[in-house]
Amino acid sequence: MRLERADLLQIYYLMRLTRAMEDRTRTLFLQGRVAGGVYTAQGHEATTVGAAMTLHDGDCIVPQHRDLGMQLTRGGSPRAVMCQWLARGNSPTLGRDGQLHIGDMHHGIVPMISMLGESLPVACGVALTMKMRKHSTIVMATCGDGATNTGPFHEALNFASVQQLPVVFVIENNGYAYSTPTHKQFAIENLAERALAYGMPGESVDGNDVLAVIEAVERAVEHVRGGKGPALVECKTFRVRGHSEADKADYVPQELRVEWLAKDPIVRFEAYLTGEKILTAAKKAKIEEQVRAVVDDAVSFAEQSPAPDPATVAGYIYAPGGPVAIIGEPGAEDPRYVNALDSRTGRPFNTVTETAKPQFGAPEEVGKR
Amino acid sequence: MSAVTYLEAISQAIREEMRRDEAVFLLGEDVGTYGGAFKVSAGLLEEFGPERVIDTPMAEAAIIGSAVGAALMGMRPIAEMQFIDFITCGFDQIINMASKMYWRAGMPVPMVIRGPSGGGVKGGPFHSASPEVWFFHTPGIKVVVPATAYDAKGLLKAAIRDNNPVLYLEHKLLYRMPELREELPAEDYIVPLGKAITRREGEDMTILTYGAMVHQCLKAAQVLEQEDGLNVEVIDLRSLSPLDREAILESVKHTNKVLIVHEDTLTGGIGAELAAILAEDLFEYLDGPITRVAAPDAPFPYAPPLEEAYLPNADKILAATRKLAAY
Repeated sequence: MRLERADLLQIYYLMRLTRAMEDRTRTLFLQGRVAGGVYTAQGHEATTVGAAMTLHDGDCIVPQHRDLGMQLTRGGSPRAVMCQWLARGNSPTLGRDGQLHIGDMHHGIVPMISMLGESLPVACGVALTMKMRKHSTIVMATCGDGATNTGPFHEALNFASVQQLPVVFVIENNGYAYSTPTHKQFAIENLAERALAYGMPGESVDGNDVLAVIEAVERAVEHVRGGKGPALVECKTFRVRGHSEADKADYVPQELRVEWLAKDPIVRFEAYLTGEKILTAAKKAKIEEQVRAVVDDAVSFAEQSPAPDPATVAGYIYAPGGPVAIIGEPGAEDPRYVNALDSRTGRPFNTVTETAKPQFGAPEEVGKR
Repeated sequence: MSAVTYLEAISQAIREEMRRDEAVFLLGEDVGTYGGAFKVSAGLLEEFGPERVIDTPMAEAAIIGSAVGAALMGMRPIAEMQFIDFITCGFDQIINMASKMYWRAGMPVPMVIRGPSGGGVKGGPFHSASPEVWFFHTPGIKVVVPATAYDAKGLLKAAIRDNNPVLYLEHKLLYRMPELREELPAEDYIVPLGKAITRREGEDMTILTYGAMVHQCLKAAQVLEQEDGLNVEVIDLRSLSPLDREAILESVKHTNKVLIVHEDTLTGGIGAELAAILAEDLFEYLDGPITRVAAPDAPFPYAPPLEEAYLPNADKILAATRKLAAY
């Protein structure tokens, strides 16, 4: 994939936006304004943004809790994300669920559940449909090192391979599953080796180097898009903060954390862009201003949004009857279909907003809302 | 048109729905080439091909999870559990993934999970399950249990056309039972989810039941009429979620006595919830204790005398009705 200057700046912007959204979420949490726990992914930005950069319109992501970068790169709405954290009644889940448990099929995002690894068989079903219906789109499903130990991970990789499904599996190996280091989780060096057992290509890449991530994931995407079945990429990164903001992560050796902090993906990419004279001081200031504006807008939108109506607590248990559109096929957004709109509210799904969709235009336009 | 078995009725429903709607497909272990462990899907591979009749690896989470993913895309998958006991291996996909999806994300998950359930076939502890209560307790899942060939076909068609995850529990003992053979309508029909049916009218007592126990209850009711002069009403719930509360309350209001019969174990079973509903809503109508006949609180046993002792049957039902009638 040929990356123009504007693309590189867009990637930088998305990585910065991801970090800034999480920094702000943490502040809100410390101020007691977030309803529940907060899970962030400092250090994952090269992996999540880079991997998602390789996708096209109509492709589907099956992200997990540290994939804000992936959500934003695919057009995920910062406002929707903040409404989730603040448990607002107009969040994509209507305040019924929090965190990054958001998505809708029209925008190609499968909402995760907390049982990590369980999304991977679902990714297979999305891909199975694409294959059965002869769509040209693909699925990108992610999981952490922890989830690779679950049964569904192995069932999904195996099934995807047997059925030659168009799925790219991206493992974000960040060193720890909560407090458990990788050596207590599995007895192999590289999780990419798991691919071998399931007859699919797999490679490991430096997950803190965004350009390397894009290159490796692009290879996997090309393989998958070519109809050759699934592929796997292990992005080796590090969770420099705790599992959640309630976790001090004092089980992580200090020198290890320092080592990885020095490999911060944003700092590294910034150094590259500066060295190549793509990112000037003026451009950087401009991008920072845009990032701040988007985050401020998301927070103020969420704060002004209504709390959920307690009277709705037992509602919307069953979907109504009526025709259901096959996602990605002509006319799927015709409101006569039960799944065309969010039938709970009668409004369009709001996990993605048009204004938040990445813009690949002139760099000075990057992130303009 | 010849009379068909309960099993053939299920096969007909799948075949007709696959012909009617190309979004419908079947996946599960041995469902294709082999035609399913009980031959429910025999001939489907030949008619619809391997893309719509998918032989899967032995991996229930992959089967059910893939069905969820396909349903999110707008397909109408039918995921077969070779024996319903194995549904535990894909439990999370049902409880945490499928059942909460519409509630939290607004996206329908139109899928059916079906498989042979129930005992009486010397299946032992891992091939005789009646798993309904785990799902009955879970908001967002519909649960249906057909007792006749007509309902087997009509409920399955309704389940496939429903926009929610539906657990369809077919009873393996009924699959080829000769007395269940019946002529089915030539035209398309469904049995709506959420509607019970009165299998036998009576005014002395109501028996609430479902699945294979419907037939045991009908046997007992016949004996009661002949030997005791009692007219017992037998209600086949058919649909456990949603539950037809109206039909239940209506019947018990006019009989004033109620016996609940199920093959599943007693504690925390469907009967417990029915009893609570009746106690709350019809306290003043009841002329006798709400009585339950169910399997004891023990795993399902293998040896014939143990299975006989374990399962409710017409004799055990008869004894309970006579005790209740004495009030």
